[in-house]
Amino acid sequence: MKSGSNLEKILASGQFAVTAECGPPKGVSAKAIQRKGDLLKFHCDALNVTDNQTAIVRMSSLSGCVLLQQMGVEPVMQMVVRDRNRLAIQSDILGAVALGIRNVLCLSGDHQKFGNHPGAKGVYDIDSIQLIQTLKLMRDEKKFLSGEDISGEIPLFIGAAANPFADPFEFRAVRLAKKVKAGADFIQTQAIFDVPKFARWMEMVRDRGLDKKVHILAGVIPVKSVGMARYMKNNVSGLSVPKELVDRMADAKDAKEEGVNTCLEIIEQIKEIDGVHGVHIMAVAWEDIVPSIVDKAGLMPRPIV
Amino acid sequence: MITTEQKKFEEIEQMTKGYNRLLVLGCETCSAMSFAGGQRQVSELAVALRIARKTAAQEGEILEDAVARQCEPEFVDLLMDIVADCDAVLSLACGAGVQMLAERFPDKIILPGCNTMFLGVTEEFGVWSESCAGCGSCILDKTGGLCPIARCSKRLFNGPCGGSQNGKCEINPNVDCVWQLIYDRLKGLNQLEKLEEIFPIKDWSSSFHGGTRKIVREDLKL
Repeated sequence: MKSGSNLEKILASGQFAVTAECGPPKGVSAKAIQRKGDLLKFHCDALNVTDNQTAIVRMSSLSGCVLLQQMGVEPVMQMVVRDRNRLAIQSDILGAVALGIRNVLCLSGDHQKFGNHPGAKGVYDIDSIQLIQTLKLMRDEKKFLSGEDISGEIPLFIGAAANPFADPFEFRAVRLAKKVKAGADFIQTQAIFDVPKFARWMEMVRDRGLDKKVHILAGVIPVKSVGMARYMKNNVSGLSVPKELVDRMADAKDAKEEGVNTCLEIIEQIKEIDGVHGVHIMAVAWEDIVPSIVDKAGLMPRPIV
Repeated sequence: MITTEQKKFEEIEQMTKGYNRLLVLGCETCSAMSFAGGQRQVSELAVALRIARKTAAQEGEILEDAVARQCEPEFVDLLMDIVADCDAVLSLACGAGVQMLAERFPDKIILPGCNTMFLGVTEEFGVWSESCAGCGSCILDKTGGLCPIARCSKRLFNGPCGGSQNGKCEINPNVDCVWQLIYDRLKGLNQLEKLEEIFPIKDWSSSFHGGTRKIVREDLKL
């Protein structure tokens, strides 16, 4: 075991993992996090706490993680390189480990231009792949990037993101290989709407033997309305939303129900794809729906390891 | 070249108000190539300022001049007499030129008429783009001759990120994804294997992050 986290144990035991996203509040309410923790704790193996997602200032990921941890819910701390240089990254990792955080997801972060402080200076001292390397160095060699020794163990389960839908498509499995080589233990993918394209990516991933080296959790987003489907199709870069999905949402009598059904169908299909070891549900501003999705997808009860 | 863009006229007008004898000073190298601060732009701006002052019944005279390079002391020192004859200098050079003037003429008001933009190239007539970040340790041998530090919005060394779509950067559909360009170029050169290697963490101390930089060449000193 690298970290002994619940997520690591479940994946190591070969069981299908379930994670979900838990966005921290734009304020100081611990309850906002705790409520989501309460809602999701029996249906998920770990909860990702986002890190100033879409470059909008929110409660820090580390604080959100600690609040979950205190109530017995396992967090995945998301960490972006947009806001921290190598000094801040390493010190935050030391603090996170001291506070019991065991899962970290390494990200570059949405560009500051998209957020509520578009005049901010982006740090980008190191990139997301180099962040993975940094955590692996800290964990496996107990060293800082400076080469100096760290006192104590850094038991981390290192995660990374992958977007099978970005360009150039044929490079996407190569980029995953780089993340695996850098030290990623698990992957949470961009939300999947275009299952055939995801399946083609997984084929390239398997061809390189990467599915044997890293646990891939396929990302899904339950879509709440046709407006949201349209918005994601037209405005969110790096997402591939088929026109059929938008049409289906538009034609549906009950859009929410249709959104859940679509999400369940996608989960059903990705479960069948070789090398997919779990699902990551990103129900942005619709966390309430996650338990019933996990239920209906036949993923309950969650394993106890 | 160093690209510059002339500031908005209102800002220049506001900044120069109250300096009766104002010298508008061009720079005939980069700023002229940027069509922002060469002899021609000096004349145009001087005319506009004269008209604005006349309309506002404001006193004063607008002088014009230009030198080959405001960043070189030997050219700047040629301006001794004309600068002595004015209340303030509006420099149309880059920030380096403005500062050279400030250093050479310690008792004179020196004002910037341009915004210094970036180290870049002329894409086509009227279009310039950033291409070099001046980081102090060039990596272009490893990236197919295209710089991700200057041209990737997230300065990724191991791109392209998940926001690369149809060859464009997620931050702006008019901005090329440099990592797509690097990919295409290396593919054409049969060197795609270069992208399989993880690019190591950069030492930024050769860039601005190591403090203000200076080059000293003992072999050239007189």
